[in-house]
Amino acid sequence: MKLSEIVKTLNLEVFSNEHLLEDIEVVGAYTSDLLSDVMGKAQEMQIWITLQNHKNVLAVASLKDLAAILLINNIKPNTELVEQSEKEEIPILGTKEPAFIISGKLYNLFYK
Amino acid sequence: MNFNYKIKGGDFSAAGRASSEIKKILKKLNVNPKVIKRIVVALYEAEVNVVAHADKGSINAEIDSEKIRITVVDEGPGIADIDLAMTEGFSTASSKVREMGFGAGMGLPNMKKNADILNIKSKVGQGTMVELITFFKS
Repeated sequence: MKLSEIVKTLNLEVFSNEHLLEDIEVVGAYTSDLLSDVMGKAQEMQIWITLQNHKNVLAVASLKDLAAILLINNIKPNTELVEQSEKEEIPILGTKEPAFIISGKLYNLFYK
Repeated sequence: MNFNYKIKGGDFSAAGRASSEIKKILKKLNVNPKVIKRIVVALYEAEVNVVAHADKGSINAEIDSEKIRITVVDEGPGIADIDLAMTEGFSTASSKVREMGFGAGMGLPNMKKNADILNIKSKVGQGTMVELITFFKS
């Protein structure tokens, strides 16, 4: 599923790399706030749902070739994170919802 | 080919720099993307360990046609009980490090899972040497 479609359907906020949304093909999502867990278990082109909003999140997302970072609970990324995400070409998205709700909504998009 | 990187203890914003460089180099060498991923997962964990626990460290990566051999050497507190440190969930990370989503006791197990060979030597009060070897073809 295209990232642009997911952003539209779930009414997600886009903090960076809006121009890339159309070209990113998403395969699913992974919800975790532990970086090593994501390093070990997340799969390429998944959306990473998290509340962590520091630079290391991008290092992990980039090394694992993740599709996007989705910040929950209305968390806004800082400028440093946005700049880094533009360099790495990984979009940062946001939602007001908590992790459980947004994970459920994404689950429905992919599996129902 | 030989590459060297320095790591500063506590500098979280730089953690992952060496992994990212190595990923680019291996991509250029047309190494299987799945193998690249395993290598960088292990290396990233090693980098974060130095940043989270040690004063400073250095990374050396030797690449030849069949494998990569990475050694990460640090000056730091060392590991008192390596077997215990290898246990999933065991961590000595500070609360600050944990708040960032590190320190869940998954780093060393992740390295073990993702490297073909993992060797750790450590002296308490002096530092730790981690060797990660991965073959490009299994």
